[in-house]
Amino acid sequence: MNFKELSALRADLAFIAHWVRRDTHVLDLGCGDGAMLDYLQSDKRCIGYGVEIDDDKIPACTARGVSVIQQDLEAGLAMFADNAFDTVLCLSALQMMKNVEEILRDIARVGREAIVSFPNFAYWPHRLALLRGRMPVSKSLPYEWYDTPNLRCATIKDFEALANQVGLEVLECVALRDGNLVSFLPNWRGSLAVFRLKKK
Amino acid sequence: MKSLGIVSPQSMHFSEPLALQSGASLSDYTLVYETYGTLHADRSNAVLVCHALNASHHVAGEYVDEEGSKKILGWWDNMVGPGKPLDTDRFFVIGINNLGSCFGSTGPMHTNPATGKPYGAHFPVVTVEDWVRAQARLADALGIAQFAAVMGGSLGGMQALAWSIIYPDRLRHCVVIASTPKLSAQNIAFNDVARQAILTDPEFHGGDFYAHNAVPKNGLRVARMVGHITYLSNDDMAEKFGRELRSGKYQFDFGIDFEIESYLRYQGDKFSEYFDANTYLLITKALDYFDPAQAFGGDLTKALANTKAQFLLASFKTDWRFSPERSREIVQALVNNKRKVTYAEIDAPHGHDAFLLDDVRYLNVVRAYFERVWSEGAGA
Repeated sequence: MNFKELSALRADLAFIAHWVRRDTHVLDLGCGDGAMLDYLQSDKRCIGYGVEIDDDKIPACTARGVSVIQQDLEAGLAMFADNAFDTVLCLSALQMMKNVEEILRDIARVGREAIVSFPNFAYWPHRLALLRGRMPVSKSLPYEWYDTPNLRCATIKDFEALANQVGLEVLECVALRDGNLVSFLPNWRGSLAVFRLKKK
Repeated sequence: MKSLGIVSPQSMHFSEPLALQSGASLSDYTLVYETYGTLHADRSNAVLVCHALNASHHVAGEYVDEEGSKKILGWWDNMVGPGKPLDTDRFFVIGINNLGSCFGSTGPMHTNPATGKPYGAHFPVVTVEDWVRAQARLADALGIAQFAAVMGGSLGGMQALAWSIIYPDRLRHCVVIASTPKLSAQNIAFNDVARQAILTDPEFHGGDFYAHNAVPKNGLRVARMVGHITYLSNDDMAEKFGRELRSGKYQFDFGIDFEIESYLRYQGDKFSEYFDANTYLLITKALDYFDPAQAFGGDLTKALANTKAQFLLASFKTDWRFSPERSREIVQALVNNKRKVTYAEIDAPHGHDAFLLDDVRYLNVVRAYFERVWSEGAGA
């Protein structure tokens, strides 16, 4: 997969891919159909593994030639050795986890750097929905309160505090909307929070 | 779905002695095998399918029995055939019957050239690695320097794994399903109960029962019953049989009360009609001895360090014989070596037997994997 194809498929992944260095060893937690690793392998000569729980996504990764390990992230990353990866990706997956703190500590253990993204609950349409007395439903949070897989609601400001607590230093933090960088009032105008982190 | 239709086995004789891991050797031997599909001129599309305990070279397609009617389907016919996950329209698939078996390749009921009598209990104990070396000779004879993939489930998966270690350059992909890097104490314990049942059957005659025109059927029955319990999950057994009674009420004797008893006895009876007791002993020993990490101080990562293949592993959540944890040990060792590996953990209810059954999630992963094998090399 080349950059144009990735951009068309998932603009947010295309933005994040800039942060992954060439020829590095990558772990993608909650890798879905493997699009990101497919791109990183073919365009940036990275090698790595995806971790995914969904039965339907395993053949999709396989078809792309992406090494995928079927596993529940809640079970932890015991499969992987300390500092085994240059970069650990955890993209739009963290908000679905019960044990967020534990997985972040494990990410800090197996990776030198990490990139974590999640829907920004402080995105202004979400704030507006709450002011109107309703739980937000948007393109980035496309579920009703009773059927959402998202267990955790966090804002950009919230995450920074937790990252420090689990041994990760924030190198960069941006907000994206539709895959584009939002520089003015990011915690209001960005629907996706993206953090680049380093082991402390 | 289409099947291969009627297939038939071939055989090849080898007169060069085969040195075995035990130190013994087989002076000459025959291997029986089947092939499906067409070997490309560049011989790039061959896939070896290794069989498990009670199976054979008859992987797919069907035999017609002597009456010409009853069809005997290959043990992995749902996996291998035209348009199936391992597609014989693309790949040249080989099934080889292992040494010591009772389905045609040289085994305990064949004549020992040294004595002129059946080998019986004197057939040398063979290991997974011995089988792999014999399979490699057949591959040599067929002109196959490198397999597109070597694949197997359970004991067959051990052979595939052994291929990747012994002959790293001779396979591009290694497919290991419902297998383990070594047996646990519990696995060995079950195997020994089975062996004891055979060894203590008076009809066994120290393994030379052929000369006595006897068959240690009781021993084989019990061995199979014990084995069969380990192939099924607790839930699956509860669902299929529960505490259902054969005739609605307790009989207050030691005949058959429960449906599960009836089922296991039937399985045992059927098995004792066609399986050889010496073969059962040999194959369970091969299972017990398999432990490629042993030579590396128990370090599986080191044992797999020289492998070059890409791997697919699959396990089944309710398999308590070779549980997912055992497959994950192999995956972890491969990840430590930065090998390409795909691992599917299928939430199927059928225990160890699931690897032979139709679970769409499982078959889809294998299909996707062989698509990849095809597009990466064999089909190019």
